[in-house]
Amino acid sequence: MNNGAIIEIRDLRKVYRIGQVDVPALRGVDLDVQPGEFLSIVGPSGSGKSTLFHIIGGLTPPTAGEVKVGSQNLAALTDAGRTRMRRRTVGFVFQKFNLLPNLTARDNIAVARHIAGLGAHPDTQFDEVLRLLGIDSRLDHKPSALSGGEQQRVAIARAIVNRPAILLADEPTGNLDSENSNAVLEVLRDLNRRLGQTVLMITHNPEAAAFGHSTVHMRDGRIIGRTGVAG
Amino acid sequence: MTGKLVLENLKNRPLRSLLSILLIGVPVTLILTLVGLTQGMLSEAQNRQRGVGADIIIRGSGVQSVTSFSGYTIPVGMVGKVQQQPHVKLAMGVINHSIEPLLLLTGMDMAKFNRMTGGFTFDQGGPLAGPDDILADRLYAEQHHLQVGQTIKLINHDWHLVGVIEPGKLARLAVRMDTLQDLDAAIGKVGQIYVTVDDPANINLVANELRGLLKNYPVNTMAEYTAMYNVDQIPAIKPFTVVVSAIGVVIGIAVVWLSMYMVVLQRTREIGILKALGASKVFILGIILAEATLLGAGGTILGIVFSYGAQWLIRTLVPASFQMAIAYGWWPRVAAVTLAAAILGALYPGLSAARQDPIEALAYE
Repeated sequence: MNNGAIIEIRDLRKVYRIGQVDVPALRGVDLDVQPGEFLSIVGPSGSGKSTLFHIIGGLTPPTAGEVKVGSQNLAALTDAGRTRMRRRTVGFVFQKFNLLPNLTARDNIAVARHIAGLGAHPDTQFDEVLRLLGIDSRLDHKPSALSGGEQQRVAIARAIVNRPAILLADEPTGNLDSENSNAVLEVLRDLNRRLGQTVLMITHNPEAAAFGHSTVHMRDGRIIGRTGVAG
Repeated sequence: MTGKLVLENLKNRPLRSLLSILLIGVPVTLILTLVGLTQGMLSEAQNRQRGVGADIIIRGSGVQSVTSFSGYTIPVGMVGKVQQQPHVKLAMGVINHSIEPLLLLTGMDMAKFNRMTGGFTFDQGGPLAGPDDILADRLYAEQHHLQVGQTIKLINHDWHLVGVIEPGKLARLAVRMDTLQDLDAAIGKVGQIYVTVDDPANINLVANELRGLLKNYPVNTMAEYTAMYNVDQIPAIKPFTVVVSAIGVVIGIAVVWLSMYMVVLQRTREIGILKALGASKVFILGIILAEATLLGAGGTILGIVFSYGAQWLIRTLVPASFQMAIAYGWWPRVAAVTLAAAILGALYPGLSAARQDPIEALAYE
């Protein structure tokens, strides 16, 4: 299992125990993602795309199968190991932005660096990324003073400030109007093109999915098809 | 960054933070006030004993503690006997009637008292003359709004206030000894004998002679006696302080527990965000404990500030009945106990937060 992919998944299964009942969320997923690829994952609710996102992001362990992110086999990692992995290997962007409401945009970004043990202040090169995201003049505002689009761009800045191998975006435009959605998608594409950032994006929206190099289609816990060309 | 996160959390919910600090501060005030009252009242009573200017004190045979003055077990003839001992300059018998804890009505021989102490300093009026005359010190007069010429009813007897004296010399309330002996059916008896000697170098010599002479009565030099004015000598004060402190600790733990439990509930999503960013269990627990520690520190400071308020209230409202010292020596102790209680109270909520599943926490609405 070494084909240069930054994400390699083989026969991934995930079963959630709800009460006395086992509910399979993933039923044998195989997936390769190349470095620098922008991959969209689409599928109806319950298709397993969020579970796949959570496993790749190290938020939950797989039940069975192999998941390699970078050089790390997630199936072999402990809870503490997955916690460490989340600090620098992956960055999350969520539908609900998930910024810490009591901190300014600058501090929301700084807290990610602090947790990763990199010191609170990003290097000066990151100023260029902040300008690219269009939030360089909004950094001293708290989330409540930012528009939805601005909050999501701050969340993107926070997700990439530690230069993670993979940016995981879960419905990043789900709470935005079409103008802000486009702006956020453009930012993701820009980051992918200019910085070579690997991006995995879950979306319901086919137009949003089209921003990626390729799209994985999921249904009933399985990948049922892949369209487009891998980056 | 962690400090900023904690401070912003506290600032963001000012009402909860202030209420928690207040609720932690109240038991701190309670403990400091109790200790301050004990220290203040003992110190004041000690100073009044020192104010007599005696070198030796002989107490009744039935005394239970340093502040026990009740009982008139010393025959008055003993005063004369003591007076005749070598190196004794003056022996003065007094009797006391306890009105409230540490507040005594003292019957004294004014002539001897004046010789021993140099006499009272009068703010108003003058010395005892008639059998029903009474002197009150300034604090008692202020507390009871008394003026010279008024009649005071004490121990079911009407007294005529003839003078208001400066506090600090033995009595807060002074009457003629023969009148009080009569009222207390203690004719021919005294409660204590104060003794001065001709030379300070002879104090121990005389005290030892008196111990040999008066085997059934405690004889102490004044230095020994005033040194006994400490918490260990007052029955029940120490256990009472421990009980009140324990109640304060329990309240502190409960307040912090509840407060931090609410914090963890309210911030479930934020905890999920931090975990998604890679925050470890120790980091999450550290934030909760740091916040609780700040609340504990705030409560300690507020409790100390409130103890000054309690002292002012006591001085203003009941200056004669109670004296409260500021218990500086107890500040580190209450701070340590409060911080320990805060950390203990935050431990369970903190561990709950640290153990939260990041996915469930992120989905929390």
